[in-house]
Parts: sequence; C-alpha cells; structure tokens
Amino acid sequence: MLRWGDAAMEHADHHDHDHSDVPSDVALRVKALESLLVEKGLVDPAALDAIIETYEHKVGPHNGARVVARAWTDAAYKQRLLQDGTAALAELGYAGPQGSIIVVENTDTVHNLIVCTLCSCYPYPVLGLPPVWYKSAAYRSRAVIDPRGVLHELGLDVSPDVEVRVWDSNAEVRYMVLPQRPAGTEHMAEPDLAALVTRDAMIGVAHARPAEALP
Amino acid sequence: MNSVHDMGGMHGLGPIPYAAAEPVFHAQWESRVAALFSALGALGRWNTDAVRYRMERMPPDEYLRASYYERWLRALTDLALEAGLISPAELASGRPDPGSARQTPALTPEQAKANLSRNREWGKPEPASARFRPGDAVRARNLHPATHTRLPRYVRGRAGTVERNRGARAFPADGSLGSEETSQHLYLVRFSARELWGEAVNPRDSVHIELYDSYLEPG
Repeated sequence: MLRWGDAAMEHADHHDHDHSDVPSDVALRVKALESLLVEKGLVDPAALDAIIETYEHKVGPHNGARVVARAWTDAAYKQRLLQDGTAALAELGYAGPQGSIIVVENTDTVHNLIVCTLCSCYPYPVLGLPPVWYKSAAYRSRAVIDPRGVLHELGLDVSPDVEVRVWDSNAEVRYMVLPQRPAGTEHMAEPDLAALVTRDAMIGVAHARPAEALP
Repeated sequence: MNSVHDMGGMHGLGPIPYAAAEPVFHAQWESRVAALFSALGALGRWNTDAVRYRMERMPPDEYLRASYYERWLRALTDLALEAGLISPAELASGRPDPGSARQTPALTPEQAKANLSRNREWGKPEPASARFRPGDAVRARNLHPATHTRLPRYVRGRAGTVERNRGARAFPADGSLGSEETSQHLYLVRFSARELWGEAVNPRDSVHIELYDSYLEPG
C-alpha cells in the first residue's frame, strides 16, 4: 500500500518552496504509473509529450501579453474583450476547455486581484499553468481577507482611495486582469507594449512595467 | 465539505513563496503527472468536480504537506483505481494483471492537443427561470454539506448583491458524486469586504465570486 504522506514528510521543512528537493521516490512512482497505463493501452506516451509541449510552450503569459497590447491599442477590441472575454480571446486564437474567461479592467479607481481559494483555477490559455506561489496555501488563504497586505508583501501598495476587487474564481469562470497602460507609451507599437505586460500584472499583483523598462 | 482546501480567510499559513520567474514544471515527473491527468481525464470516466472532491478528501495534514503535483498524483491514482482503470494489484506490481484486457484506443497526440486548445461548452439546458436578477440582494445560505461544494465557508451566511447571471451550468455536487448532472443558474455575486471581514477593512473593497442558485436565498 502506498503511503502518500511519506514523500512529503521527507521534505516537510521545505514546504514553502515545495518544488525543491523532490524525493526520487515520487519520480519513480510516477514512472511506474505511466508504464502501467501505457502497457494497458490507456495512454499513448506521444500524447503525453504533446500535452507537455502545449503546457511548456504554447500557453503562457506571452499570450495574455499580446491580448493586453491589442486592447491598449484597439479600442473596439478592448470593448469586445471586456464584454465577452472568451470570444475576444478566441479572435486571437486562444481557447481552452476549462471554461469562460472574463477580463476585468484596472483603472485609476479600481484594482483587481485574481485568486482561487478552493483549488488553483487560472486562465491557462492566456497565462499558462499557475506559478507555485499562486497555488500556495499562503496566497489562497489571505488574498480574500487581506488583499492589500498580500499586495504589499508582493511589492505593490494600492492607495486606500482605490477600490480593491478580489475575484475568487471557483466555478468554471476564469479571470484575467487588464492592467493599466503605463504612461509614456502612447507611441509604442503592439510588440513593444506586449513586452511590458507581465504575468503578475495580469493576475493583479503588479502593474505593467514602465516604458523605461524597454531597452 | 469543510476541509482544509477551503482556506479563504485563514491565517498562519506563512509568507507567500513568491518567485518572479519559475519554470513551468520544477521536475520532469511533475510534467508527466499533469499530462497523465489530461490524457486520462479525456477518457471521460470522471469530471473536474470529481477530481476536486478526490483532492478535498485527502487528510488535511497530508494535503498541507504535499506539493501541488503530489496532490495531483494521489488524486489521479485514486480516481484510476475507483474507476477500475487499474487494480490495486497492478498498482503494487506495476504490471497489468494476468489476463486483464488492454484498453484501447488511447488518446492520440492530435486529440490531446485539440482538447487543450478549444473551448468547451459549459452551458446546460436552462432550468426553471432564474430566481435572481442583477441588482438583487441575496444571502449565501448557511450550508455545510459533507460532500463537494463550491460554496466556500467565508461567504456562508453573508449578504451580497447579484451582479450577473452567467447562465445555466452543471451543478458541481452531481458530477463529483457520479450522479446524473442537473443544471442551475450561476450568478456572479459581490460581497463587500466589510460584510465578510468586519469593520477593520477598507470600506471600498469587495470580493466577487460565482455562486449557484441553490447556494443563495433572497437577501
């Protein structure tokens, strides 16, 4: 009988960064499970490779950044994006099986923050798989009760005059933040603008990078 | 169920393990688990809520100690066992049981990629007319089901306002228990931060969350 606590116990001291010091025990267990499933004809290893290729290269914040840059430069697109995120993302070729995607806009008076308190819901066609910190107990527990404290801890202080809206995605509806366009970028083209848009800005824990960030 | 996965509002879970950049997977085995999950899920033996319910039933101490993909591995193994895709003997030996039929066809690479890059239709046939409309005052019911729910503890009993009707959706408890899916209207509900957390928080702030029709009562 497998004892699931064992592997985790071995690196319990490291649970804050649970990606390190992974015991080889887990790797071996995964390998054994995969071989069994392959031998039974339940999975094709080439399909697993294709899935990993999608997760590692096809989806990711570069997709979301392109969407944001388009919205910053094309008012009609921005309107469609805020009206029906799923459809506007599909226009640029981004779709996925997990549900509809709603885009929420940061303004001078509203700052949006995305979380999934119950698990790890995340708009992966546009942001890829969520980072470890987004899935952590610390973030999931505190983002709803103390969003300003969380933002401060991550280096972003939001004025008390600005409304903080937390979006707890829990029902096959996923959220992405449309960050504010940085000052001084009026003459920038889409590809340069996209380079200013980070994963963190689209989760809502940071602003887009300033214009000076570009070489 | 009131387990540790429902952690919205908890204290004491430490600093956020932030990293500005990190690889998509931190070890090769993590990527294999993620891919196995997607490939086996495509066989249609369980749905997303069944997966969630599997993880929620992990003992709380183990849930908190395990890394994200360790939780996935555990849920995947348990689901495969429960669905009869593999047997305990096969899991222990790593080899197919003598005489066990090979199950085919497996998901092809083309199908796998297509599954990940197309929108799935989440809408369900409309149930009886929606009980609530945008602008309605509502209260999240004080429900404590011992099985799967998407009604987190921190909103139970709290008053909010319906902002949108997202349309009819499959009700999560059905899928997680393997019973026939029913549909309910799903609403976006806004709760003021003060209603949830008291007077100490900024009166401007709010939490938005989607809640199913049966989670709500008139406010």
